[in-house]
Amino acid sequence: MSAKRKYKRRYDSLPTVLLFVLPALIPLIVFWIYPILRTIYLSFTNWDYISPTYKLVGIKNYLSLFRNPRFYEALWHTLVFTAGTLFPTIILGLVLALLLVKNFRGSGILKFIIFSPWITPTVAISIVWSWIYKTDGGIANTILTSLGMSPLKWIASSDTAMLSVIIVTIWKSLGYAMIFYLSALEKVPGELYEAGALDGAHGWRQFVDITLPSISPTTFFLTIITMVNSLQAYDQIQVLTQGGPSGSTRTLLYMYYQLGFNEFNMGQATAVAVVMILLTVGLSLIQFKVSEKWVYY
Amino acid sequence: MAEIILKNVTKEYENGFQAVKNINLEIKDNEFVILVGPSGCGKSTTLRMIAGLEDISDGDLYLDGKRINDVSPQDRDIAMVFQNYALYPHMTVYQNIAYSLKIKKVPKDEIDKRVKDVAASLGLENLLDRRPGQLSGGQKQRVAMGRAIIRHPKAFLMDEPLSNLDAKLRGQMRVEIADLYRRLNTTFIYVTHDQTEAMTLGTKIVVMKDGEIMQIDNPTNLFNYPNNKFVAGFIGTPTMNFFEGEIEEKGDGLILKTRDGFIPLTAEKAAKVREGGWVGKKVTAGIRPEHVELSDQDSAAFRGEVSVFELLGSNAIIYTQCQDDRIIMNTDQTQYQEHGKEIFLKVKEAKLHLFDPETERTITN
Repeated sequence: MSAKRKYKRRYDSLPTVLLFVLPALIPLIVFWIYPILRTIYLSFTNWDYISPTYKLVGIKNYLSLFRNPRFYEALWHTLVFTAGTLFPTIILGLVLALLLVKNFRGSGILKFIIFSPWITPTVAISIVWSWIYKTDGGIANTILTSLGMSPLKWIASSDTAMLSVIIVTIWKSLGYAMIFYLSALEKVPGELYEAGALDGAHGWRQFVDITLPSISPTTFFLTIITMVNSLQAYDQIQVLTQGGPSGSTRTLLYMYYQLGFNEFNMGQATAVAVVMILLTVGLSLIQFKVSEKWVYY
Repeated sequence: MAEIILKNVTKEYENGFQAVKNINLEIKDNEFVILVGPSGCGKSTTLRMIAGLEDISDGDLYLDGKRINDVSPQDRDIAMVFQNYALYPHMTVYQNIAYSLKIKKVPKDEIDKRVKDVAASLGLENLLDRRPGQLSGGQKQRVAMGRAIIRHPKAFLMDEPLSNLDAKLRGQMRVEIADLYRRLNTTFIYVTHDQTEAMTLGTKIVVMKDGEIMQIDNPTNLFNYPNNKFVAGFIGTPTMNFFEGEIEEKGDGLILKTRDGFIPLTAEKAAKVREGGWVGKKVTAGIRPEHVELSDQDSAAFRGEVSVFELLGSNAIIYTQCQDDRIIMNTDQTQYQEHGKEIFLKVKEAKLHLFDPETERTITN
């Protein structure tokens, strides 16, 4: 077949291809690609979110953002929050899955209870946790004092507010990680463990040499998902701390919200959003690159 | 090198199902023992009990005179090749082969030397850096064997190692395993449901059914002198023809009366039939397809129509539909018969097998 005919055939089939692709492409364009492009455009303007007109201001928003210490503080909080939720969620999710992978009486109910925070709205969860964290009479402090420890101020103090939000986020996503790990653990071929038993791999050795590599694709998937979820965390911060006290829980996303909807500086807010997109893409790329060394398909 | 003895070994699961029922088996040093039987006969369970991957519910297992029921798998000094190879997917071929030595903390230099020796003997030198996912079925199989060989185990256990390979490769690997056995000169226990593998590889074959041992013998005896109808039917391709008949006196001798004719019994067979008091009684007869011949009407044991003529190259299989039975004949390619043609068949009397129709035990071979 000549190149010209080949090209013609491709060209002929374009309407058919579009017909199949459009149902997926239209929502993608309307709700994702266009808003992203629009956000990038707005980040070069001085729009105040209310006025019908605005001017292009070049990279002014970015320059003032990078000169603003509040931005670096929020970036740092974002990284702390992401790391603080990512590792415990993955590790504890795996531990729970290992404990519950063997069916025993009540294990089904236990799995459901651990998973249930994932399907409960974050706002509802956060309201309940705000009661738990109450300085006077909250369950958290009741437990601490009953264990002979001194009570904490939790969300009321800038020292512990971030920890408090992290705990809520881990608690919420733990069940999700566990469910994925449960399924991954069940899929590890029994023969691998048997071969390992004959080779002399037991206990910790078996876990490190056989289990962990076998479930590495799940670990990778959960790492990406948990990271993205952490970067996008908003509800729990809004309900529990509103970014405070004194900005101690202000992440980039929360800063975006405050800039855009409290301070009516949509130009700078969208600049923060663009930085967040770059951060997410950058972290994901690093993970994909590093994953070549530890993920086995 | 090892001698393995199973004494009254039983495997019963929690739900009460007995996968292996009170079996006794003696495997001598350097023997190539094949456990063969249909699916669910308990052959793999037996192998796994020897490996230590399944607990023994009852009975004793001895390795070189030492009872090893409670010895952990890695301390039994036994290597196993699994049906799906069970290679560690995240390790290279080198790491897969070296893994057991690494766990035993063998010095790196020695591991390297042994891995390279094993790889050379199996033709894996160029694949050492690859992962199992990048290997073909045959290569994976070789790596699995390499992983077993490197340990210098007392015995090799193989659980249907060729069942995932295509027919041609299976043939090649069969030869390689036979060669490996000769080179390593150690005890092999091999599970298969393929009786061709069993016949070609084994020095001793254990035929199992429903958790019980039906017969233990060498391949020739198993083929020529089956203990019962099950073994007679299981060993041999195409499978043995079975048909009903009645023992009758004729002249000085005995005959087996079939629906379409009769088969005279040899003196030796007749003596055994008389000894067992089978004269005048119904029996189940068996004849292998290669012992069936075309005949004229007068001396025929069967009359029927050709249903299929299957040319297999140098030989051909003729399926003949008789009134009650379907008789299979294995003959040479020149004996072409048209579909639907009426033909007469006789059998080689000396090769006739007779079985008790109730117990299915052999009356005479």
